[in-house]
Amino acid sequence: MNTKTSAIDVLNTATELRWEVGEGFHDTLMEAIYTDAAQIADRVVTPSGQHKRFDLDRTIDRLVTGRWTGFPLMLLLLALVLWLTVEGANVPSGMLASFLLDTIHPILKSFSAGIGVPWWLDGLLLDGVYLALAWVISVMLPPMAIFFPMFTLLEDFGYLPRVAFNLDNLFKKAGAHGKQALTMSMGFGCNAAGIVATRVIDSPRERLIAIITNNFSLCNGRWPTQILIATIFIGGLVSPGLAGLASAATVVGVAVLGIMLTFVISWSLSHTVLKGEASAFSLELPPYRPPRFLQTLYTSLIDRTIFVLWRAIVFAAPAGAVIWLISNIHVGNLSLAEWFINGSNPFAILFGLNGVILLAYLIAIPANEIVVPTILMLTVMATGMSDFGAGTGVMFELDSDSETANVLKAGGWTLLTGINLMLFSLMHNPCSTTIYTIYKETGSAKWTAVSALLPLILGFVLCFFVAQIWRLFT
Amino acid sequence: MTAEKPQTACEACPAHHAGNLTRLGINMTNWDYVIALAGNPNTGKSTVFNNLTGLRQHTGNWPGKTVTRAEGGFAYENKRYKIVDLPGTYSLLSTSLDEEVARDFILFGRPDVTVIVADATRLERNLNLVIQVLEITDRAVICLNLIDEARRHGLTIDDRRLARDLGVPVVPTAARSGDGIPQLLQHIQEVATGKWVCKPHRIKNEPPTLKNALNRLVSKLEAAFPGLPNVRWVALRLLEGDLRIIEAVKSGELGSLMQPNILPQIPKQEVIA
Repeated sequence: MNTKTSAIDVLNTATELRWEVGEGFHDTLMEAIYTDAAQIADRVVTPSGQHKRFDLDRTIDRLVTGRWTGFPLMLLLLALVLWLTVEGANVPSGMLASFLLDTIHPILKSFSAGIGVPWWLDGLLLDGVYLALAWVISVMLPPMAIFFPMFTLLEDFGYLPRVAFNLDNLFKKAGAHGKQALTMSMGFGCNAAGIVATRVIDSPRERLIAIITNNFSLCNGRWPTQILIATIFIGGLVSPGLAGLASAATVVGVAVLGIMLTFVISWSLSHTVLKGEASAFSLELPPYRPPRFLQTLYTSLIDRTIFVLWRAIVFAAPAGAVIWLISNIHVGNLSLAEWFINGSNPFAILFGLNGVILLAYLIAIPANEIVVPTILMLTVMATGMSDFGAGTGVMFELDSDSETANVLKAGGWTLLTGINLMLFSLMHNPCSTTIYTIYKETGSAKWTAVSALLPLILGFVLCFFVAQIWRLFT
Repeated sequence: MTAEKPQTACEACPAHHAGNLTRLGINMTNWDYVIALAGNPNTGKSTVFNNLTGLRQHTGNWPGKTVTRAEGGFAYENKRYKIVDLPGTYSLLSTSLDEEVARDFILFGRPDVTVIVADATRLERNLNLVIQVLEITDRAVICLNLIDEARRHGLTIDDRRLARDLGVPVVPTAARSGDGIPQLLQHIQEVATGKWVCKPHRIKNEPPTLKNALNRLVSKLEAAFPGLPNVRWVALRLLEGDLRIIEAVKSGELGSLMQPNILPQIPKQEVIA
């Protein structure tokens, strides 16, 4: 008998026996395995009488996944993390900014003047590229160095699966996968990372939903924008003592709006183009483990903070050059930037935004982090203010939020512009890295386009309605 | 064969050999042994992996966080080991992608040693997977991880008894703090080099009909593929109607399991839509 015929013989016997064993085969086998496991475990494990630790876990779980306490605790934790980030990042941010911008920049300028660098090269490199980098470092490094380790500590402690547990029911109702709660949380750090994380979702349909809606998680590049605008426009509305709280609450509000949008869009997708049942999965709530502070600090600094910062730097450098160029290349008597701003203003006003914001978002497609500095620089230029910053097309950091507020208000900004900028920052196309990641993960140009355009259109629609309603009442 | 040098107590101690561990990170060009790392989700597989390779794959306290396959290497006592971190699964019997990747690697990749990371605080549930892995492979080491946590919960685990019941080495570890890693390395080496011959546990509680069917199929398989190392498992999969295995029987790929072979490629990532 040769191998070929005996192989067929094996298969035939298997088919025959499958009938004999019957349908319950899988269950029978599992039962046998479970019995074996139980017997062995029973022999080798001796529990002690006391279960103190276990009870502590249960008590915490009852609180953080409770019907009434789960959600408020989640929001409180988010607010606390944000508040610590806002408060803690201010001082080091200011120090970095004054060092890089007020100390190093003049030294570089006088050095380049000393060796006779042509004005355009000096402008492109020092006023464009260098200032963009300095701004990104001073604005991004401190909040990231605080936000990421705190987030990682929560993750290490075991809180993330509880978040998933709390949100699972809502995701199920939205026709999406419960694990989307985890990828959504990852998106709060970085959308590109969140999209890679959707690989934990087996079903392609649910994974696509998770990918498309991940952009509604405010990412690291957008937190600083939200925080700054909230501080200026919302914090300014209340007494100084409450300003910090009010701004943190506003940012939490925007983040929650993003979460709500995630549900709404997931629901719409799963009831239209991506129809299907939500698949079940078992989520294990791991025991709480004391976080390892030093290691967490190390890995979150290296893996996340430096990684994200590096990416921002790589994208900010060319963007700085572009900003300098478009504000210094003149066609007729206006620079390219002014042409665009003036041209798009009537359109942008409809949406409660302005041409500066639109241009800033075009320039910032590679990295959301540079939106605010771009806006400030363009505003100064468009309003012809001369007492701020160092000159045309120069990215700069203002010494205080109130100075920033003065610039924006001089540029015609109102509370409406501030609110709509926050909304638009939540809902617009993802950054180019994220778009590329989506393409890599889905392998589909169509779904990549949907993921990029859907939030953008939503953003315009929402801003339009807010602006129209606002104008009705004021 | 040269006679072994008599060892001093110090040299025989695993801690001594830990000094011979060189972490190679992802720098793997050629290797002497292949190690597969299997286990339930969230048992600390990635921590063990990082501990052995010196890599810093991100770890987190939530199940399913390893979404990409990770590979790394280390050298121990002049041998180079390649280590493959498989996706965490609760079982190897269902149809999800994770489980397929894990069981195909253990079966067709034929690692020299499969290290099964088990959570000491949830031993019974973890044993379900251990038993399934032991059906596939003869060469395994149990890494009884989170032993510190188990002790904190007041659990005492008789690891010697466990090793006897399972027929493979059992090493209690607390990978987060690096406890037990030297002993783990020692046992990996012993199993890889054949110094320790495993007599792995086989499922005992199957009902007679199943047992008879299995025996009949096993004898057929043994006739068709003499020397096949994991006949019982293949028979189980055939009874289950696993298409991948049926295909392997048809194409004769199953026969190649008897020869030294090349590692199959695990898909690095799935492209959807």
